[in-house]
Amino acid sequence: MEKFKNLKSIPSYLSLQNIDTDMIIPKQFLKTIKRTGLGKSLFYEMRYDENGKVNEDFILNKEPYNKSRILLAGKNFGCGSSREHAPWALSDFGIKCVISSSFADIFYNNCFKNGILPIKIEEQTVVELSEYSKRKEEIEIDLEKQEIKYGNKVKKFEVDSFKKKCLIEGLDDIALSLEKALQIDNFEKIIKENSPWLLKND
Amino acid sequence: MSKTLYDKIWENHLVHKQDDGTCLIYVDRHLVHEVTSPQAFEGLRLQKRKVRRPELTLAVPDHNVPTTDRSKGIDDEESRIQVETLRKNCKEFGVELFDVNDKRQGIVHIIGPEQGFTQPGTVIVCGDSHTATHGAFGSLAFGIGTSEVEHVLATQTLIQKKSKNLRINVNGDLPKGVTAKDVILKIIGTIGTAGGTGYVVEFAGDVIKNLSMEERMTVCNMTIEAGARAGLIAPDEKTFKYLEGKTMSPKGENWKKALEFWKTLYSDKDCKFDKEVNIEGKDIEPLVTWGTSPQDVSPITGVVPDPANEKNEDRKMAMERSLEYMGLKANTKISDIKIDKIFIGSCTNGRIEDLRLAADLLKGKKISSNVSAMVVPGSGLVKEQAEKEGLDKIFKDAGFEWREPGCSMCLGMNPDQLKPKERCASTSNRNFEGRQGRGGRTHLVSPGMAIAAAINGHLADVRKI
Repeated sequence: MEKFKNLKSIPSYLSLQNIDTDMIIPKQFLKTIKRTGLGKSLFYEMRYDENGKVNEDFILNKEPYNKSRILLAGKNFGCGSSREHAPWALSDFGIKCVISSSFADIFYNNCFKNGILPIKIEEQTVVELSEYSKRKEEIEIDLEKQEIKYGNKVKKFEVDSFKKKCLIEGLDDIALSLEKALQIDNFEKIIKENSPWLLKND
Repeated sequence: MSKTLYDKIWENHLVHKQDDGTCLIYVDRHLVHEVTSPQAFEGLRLQKRKVRRPELTLAVPDHNVPTTDRSKGIDDEESRIQVETLRKNCKEFGVELFDVNDKRQGIVHIIGPEQGFTQPGTVIVCGDSHTATHGAFGSLAFGIGTSEVEHVLATQTLIQKKSKNLRINVNGDLPKGVTAKDVILKIIGTIGTAGGTGYVVEFAGDVIKNLSMEERMTVCNMTIEAGARAGLIAPDEKTFKYLEGKTMSPKGENWKKALEFWKTLYSDKDCKFDKEVNIEGKDIEPLVTWGTSPQDVSPITGVVPDPANEKNEDRKMAMERSLEYMGLKANTKISDIKIDKIFIGSCTNGRIEDLRLAADLLKGKKISSNVSAMVVPGSGLVKEQAEKEGLDKIFKDAGFEWREPGCSMCLGMNPDQLKPKERCASTSNRNFEGRQGRGGRTHLVSPGMAIAAAINGHLADVRKI
């Protein structure tokens, strides 16, 4: 996975609550067998009309927001389906950080697997940051220090220490888990002994 | 120390725990479908990794499959490639597949329980948010992303942190005409779509105890719509009876051992939950969604809510947007809303009991001339059983189309989609914008309510049939 680097960008702001993964990337784009190329279809039904024409009023279609690397969003962002196509589409578009007062669980986890930092922070701060979006001013994300810098202010945010490490170092968590193969082997021996019905072919 | 059912399953699956609380948990059962797995298998290939325990994974194509005659294959090229890719991956990595023309094929969350692949006390995952369905058996079942699918294939484990415990008690009895679907819609309407975020939910109380296994699956299925990681119900005699003799259920001596263990799967009497919610069965009516979030519920006897009465500005804005999308005016009687389409099916309500209930209400009647209606059985085995009982004939005589199994119009990845502004009474689980087709308008209902809408041509009260 690509290492997460500190970000400086004019954020885009979508104030809508409960933005679901069907909105982030509609079903017709789930037929791909690749992880790449979904950026152009991000928020498809808001970005394009029925005939596929660009909706010039939608924020991500406008300068300078079409280059935003940070997205501010209403609460419960990413609810619905488990499709990892949602973070793939965000990342392919160029968004590497999403800030909201709350996230749906599966989406939140999926972000970290794709080099995207989801920041959960109180609603009031999201609103405060949205002013920077409106004024087209940059804000800065420092993951190492867990800080959002805007104007002359600094806001601390929480992030799980292991997830932070994986993002910063771009770690492959499958490789990390495979290092524990011996523990997994031992665990399977216990299953075999205590719950023989669970392991087939043994 | 006394423990919740979730605590017990979690501890039973703990392979390793880091100092920061990050855990490696063992996965007993892994379900795979064609949409969220191709990139995972590709990842294995790129890293030259194998599937650690192929026999613990079961695969089935369901999202893309056409529900009309499929003897000639799939017309849509991308869909066909995705299904072929699943076939190729299963062969290469040694994973069992119920292919398109296998009669055991069906929606991934229908076939797991049907085969006895789903078992109490297990950890079950799938790259699909409705994996929560399997929690009805007292298993910890949840949806994962594609990277995690790859992780499970390679290691048979997942990196996780423990969630908090939430118990939702549904007490007393359900009034006539009120079903499991109404129970879960009521729960989501009460706690909201983020009400369960950070929690694993245990459903309890007399209403839950009295539900059949299939009804329990309907309840657990939509736990994700309340934002929770998983929803589960302690297994009991009904659970054991359901599983006995299923193809993949334990047999002989193993059955006895399993049964003995399964009987220990309950939350201890004096255990503490981080949060508890109580709902009275008698307060639940047949429900309908009016908006574009599953929490937007109203009794069939109600009216479309007025955003003007909403004090929270963001909520007000969301309601206005929903009503505009849905083409509804505030204060319209719910039962005055005209319907164009009826969809009966999905992992929420595509099981044999759903079809029996619907057919029983429909018998001898015709659907309204202004609606078109379809039934999509949850699996080939559900379809076969329904045909054996003559249910297909009841549906067809009334004017329904009788289709082949799959996810179908629940998400419209196959040709079964709503047209813009078409309005559907649907037994599925999501009413998001564009979910059933761009511009399509979804009202989530129970199978009985879908029949009431089909007969009347508008949303209607099932209790009046």
